Amino acid sequence: MADFQTHEHDVIVIGAGGAGLRAAIEASAAGVSVGLICKSLLGKAHTVMAEGGMAAALAHNDERDSWKTHFADTMRGGQYLNNWRMAELHAKEAPDRARELEAWGAVFDRTKDGRINQRNFGGHRYPRLAHVGDRTGLEMIRTLQDHSVHRGMTIYMETTVTQIIKDGPNGRVIGAVGYDRPTGTLHYWKAKAIVLATGGIGKAYKITSNSWEYSGDGHAMAYNAGADLMDMEFVQFHPTGMVWPPSVRGILVTEGVRGEGGVLRNSQGKRFMFDDIPDNYKPSTADSEEEGWRYVLGDKSARRPPELLTRDHVARCINREVKAGRGSPHGGVFLDIAWIKTKLANGEEHIKKKLPSMYHQFITLAGVDITKEPMEVGPTTHYVMGGVKVDGDTQMSTVPGLFAAGEVAAGLHGANRLGGNSLSDLIVFGKRAGEYAAKFAKENGPIKTDQAAVDAALKQTLAPLDRSGGENPYQVQYALQDMMQDLVGIVRREDEMAKALDGLAQLKARAAKASASASREYNPGWHTAIDLANLLTVSEAITRSAIERKESRGAQFREDFPNKSEEFGTFNHVVRKGPDGQMQVIRQPLTPLRDDLKQVIEENKNV
Amino acid sequence: MSHAPAKASSETRKQLFRVWRGDKTAGTFKDYTATVTPGMVVLDVIHQIQAEQANDLACRWNCKAGKCGSCSAEINGKPRLMCMTRMDELPTDMPVVVEPMKAFPLIKDLVTDVSWNYDVKKKIKPFKPRKPDAPDGTWRMDQADVDRVQEFRKCIECFLCQDVCHVLRDHHKHEEFIGPRFLVYTAALEMHPLDTEDRLADLRKSQGLGYCNITKCCTKVCPEHITITDNAIIPLKERVVDEYFDPVTKLFKMFKKKT
Amino acid sequence: MSRVNVPLPQPRSLAETSRQDRWWVQPLAVFLGLTAFLVYANWAAFQASNFFASAAHPTVSLFGGTKSVAHYLSPMYSPVLYDIPGMTSGHAWFGEAPSWLVSLWDFIPGSYSPAFLILIFPAGFRLTCYYYRGAYYKAFWGDPLNCAVGEPGFRGKKYRGEAKLPLILMNIHRYFLYAALVFILILSYDALISYWFTNPDTGKGSFGIGVGSLILTINPILLGGYTLGCHSLRHLVGGKKDCIGAKGLRRTSYECVSCLNRGHMKWAWFSLVWVGFTDFYVRMVASGAWTDYRLF
Repeated sequence: MADFQTHEHDVIVIGAGGAGLRAAIEASAAGVSVGLICKSLLGKAHTVMAEGGMAAALAHNDERDSWKTHFADTMRGGQYLNNWRMAELHAKEAPDRARELEAWGAVFDRTKDGRINQRNFGGHRYPRLAHVGDRTGLEMIRTLQDHSVHRGMTIYMETTVTQIIKDGPNGRVIGAVGYDRPTGTLHYWKAKAIVLATGGIGKAYKITSNSWEYSGDGHAMAYNAGADLMDMEFVQFHPTGMVWPPSVRGILVTEGVRGEGGVLRNSQGKRFMFDDIPDNYKPSTADSEEEGWRYVLGDKSARRPPELLTRDHVARCINREVKAGRGSPHGGVFLDIAWIKTKLANGEEHIKKKLPSMYHQFITLAGVDITKEPMEVGPTTHYVMGGVKVDGDTQMSTVPGLFAAGEVAAGLHGANRLGGNSLSDLIVFGKRAGEYAAKFAKENGPIKTDQAAVDAALKQTLAPLDRSGGENPYQVQYALQDMMQDLVGIVRREDEMAKALDGLAQLKARAAKASASASREYNPGWHTAIDLANLLTVSEAITRSAIERKESRGAQFREDFPNKSEEFGTFNHVVRKGPDGQMQVIRQPLTPLRDDLKQVIEENKNV
Repeated sequence: MSHAPAKASSETRKQLFRVWRGDKTAGTFKDYTATVTPGMVVLDVIHQIQAEQANDLACRWNCKAGKCGSCSAEINGKPRLMCMTRMDELPTDMPVVVEPMKAFPLIKDLVTDVSWNYDVKKKIKPFKPRKPDAPDGTWRMDQADVDRVQEFRKCIECFLCQDVCHVLRDHHKHEEFIGPRFLVYTAALEMHPLDTEDRLADLRKSQGLGYCNITKCCTKVCPEHITITDNAIIPLKERVVDEYFDPVTKLFKMFKKKT
Repeated sequence: MSRVNVPLPQPRSLAETSRQDRWWVQPLAVFLGLTAFLVYANWAAFQASNFFASAAHPTVSLFGGTKSVAHYLSPMYSPVLYDIPGMTSGHAWFGEAPSWLVSLWDFIPGSYSPAFLILIFPAGFRLTCYYYRGAYYKAFWGDPLNCAVGEPGFRGKKYRGEAKLPLILMNIHRYFLYAALVFILILSYDALISYWFTNPDTGKGSFGIGVGSLILTINPILLGGYTLGCHSLRHLVGGKKDCIGAKGLRRTSYECVSCLNRGHMKWAWFSLVWVGFTDFYVRMVASGAWTDYRLF
């Protein structure tokens, strides 16, 4: 059998973005031995890409804000498919988590009176996003990273986990196997509890703001370990990604641009977002350009501009403009922040100060000076609301000892995530996952290694290297991305998705034969072949769930069912591996909302 | 660059690339011909070569937008991020040379072992805030005061400054010198309005602040445009002077403490 | 990450690099510029003559052609503490040099120059300046030749930087700063009196503007821009504090010094060149090679 190294921890955390780091810190603080495994170097995880900010009802910029409003905003944004317990905990605990970051050294932008400054964002009633210019994610990950290195945990960098090991089909987790990139050495981690914090699935699509790491590893590993996935049909397409040049197509343009007063225009110069404001947002949306600008300036009597409607809606509006032939030269629309110079004397400085990395990104990559000309933007695959189904309080999945936090977990965001709710999600539920994983590890005794299972998992990991003469794994991955983009993208149809299912079956067969050449040391061909299997699993979960949801809601837009259906608002889709290995999609009725929370939603309906 | 950049062309063209291939034992430059379209960056070409000509070509990358600092390499001899180096700013009449960083051990091709950096960070005393002093149990800080620290916290840890610093690159002082990245890191802690820890003794004695001879190469290569030398390193040097080399200030401080 | 135990790459040999630009231009320019100034400054300091305007070569009024005596003094000789015996400059603070002072320089007989007594201060300020240090380490002993270019191999791991003797002495910089601040006052005074002209016939003084006045005025302005942008000064006026505050004198001073500091390199070169040029102008006027004109 293949050689491998064995490590032993009470808790292993897979993924070292915001959620993983926060979980590892919490578990360490509980006094258990922690191993933190990250696919890239420490501090490079996708959290660094988060720009706009972290939603927390600190009420610094508007004293009317409270956890209740935040909760109601989150539920409305998620079209009430959210796990309401998570939405409640999130809204209540986010302010403490934000303040905790400050106590660990994070340096947020300040209000005039020296407190954490908060900015406007789509779907949030009040200015709520604690931020650092447009690099909030970097601030968060660096703060957590620097805090964690003094906590005595073991960190495995550039190490990919490929499978979770359980003590029998219905048992608890006992460890995981994987490999490290620099040497290609195989590893087995014995662990009493595992926290998945592996992020999302963006690499299933061609145009995405996500990096290569986002191959749905956690989703697929949990699924293969027998855990339930939930809400997989809900993939968020961020309305503003770069569209030109082609090589950077999809790279994120922060919603912060719109928060700071950026407006969307079509090729005729029209602010088309005013044309289509959904009924449930009408009371809280400005009806003139003048009112929208007053909102940006912080006028509390003004309502927010329609550019700050939820992401799913803005993305669809942009899609509509482009399809109707009113798009920009490279197939997007115009996002203009330069116009605020007509309203602000120091507009140019203000833009550079508030959106430094956007300025930098456009001037370097596209040759566009955003203080002088508009950007071209279009929708890009950004986030998956769906993920591992977890208990709201503990973040434990349906497999004992297996926890999930952050993007890989489902529930908080329902059918659509509000901008800024992700960073706060990471730290609120990262902390909870770490806490309860440590507790689980303490309460559940020693484990025995299932050598046969470990051997089988390791063998599978090496398989692409053992095959030869097969197809180039990159080509299969490109084919998958093209297909998902075309057939299961922002606008969906039954027949196209059925075609996608057939396509997936064919791609699976191709992937099973894909081979990687040469050595084990830092061999990206091999890594791609392994990630590919995960991408295929999540793509299937997305497609099957999307076919079953015969309505349009949140991030899911069905051309053949363009309206919301009351019936479909009563359950989530759960994806589970059937006894014969087939993927099943099951309707899971929503847990009835607690009365006090119902009242909170009612109270906030019209503000 | 002394070469005039090629005019932004709308046409697809061929470009010769000379990429370092090898591992810890041996290596050599290998030539690849890439197809370059408008708007492409060097990382795109590396990916193209990886997908079409050399599946096992090793390189690190993540965000492709200059935010994660993974794809550090040396392009035509200059330490840069591959994702932020546009093809149309490089001369077209000669091969584009892509090499790994030189201040760290090579793992394979363009990938180096940067773990030394992570060990260094552990040795720097962590953030230690003063007791919260605002009525709500937090702190107040002026934006003007955090501006200075925020500049340093823009660092994406690409380690290009470490790569270009001759103290590490040419003199291999890895044991005695923490390098520009961690001087910036220490500056961010030392100048943090809330921090109460004292790192000056470490800076002078074990972290080799004095080895910096202000060549400013770190500042020149920083993709985040952090003014490393002028805003971080020299102010630290001045604080060390206060403590160790300026008897008058020292005397004044001692007197002030007593009264 | 599993540690790959491999050695660091071999340092590159002298001038080896993959850089394709003309990386040697900058250090070479610094080398030539500084060398030229050093040679000129030494030559000028040893002249011990022609460092002040005198009645021998008066200023000519551009309108009317009358003559008057300017009070220009070369910045390389200012302040004149003791005059050279037998040569009254009119600028000496303590009169003629005592014989013991003159005899100190007897190893080159007759070489005593007032510049010897004071040049150490501005020279020391520039020698220990953070900008110049980085620049001449590269230009004069290739440490490194330029960024990402191989340097001479002999230093290797024996490199001492500014951590040990001799360069650890660079930390004295702020003391030279104190002197440089005093020099700005002195040179400003020199600029002020350059607007005062004496009628050689009546001995009466009057206000006027000569070409030399303008040159002597620009000099302390450029020097001020350089000196007030000093890294040490930036530290002393506010940089040493973690909380400078949003408003107030400390904030304003810190911002002003920081602003000048951003252009420190430019100020350093412009002021250097101008000091040399001012000396040259006074020298030319004093020797009669050039005529100084009065514009007003």
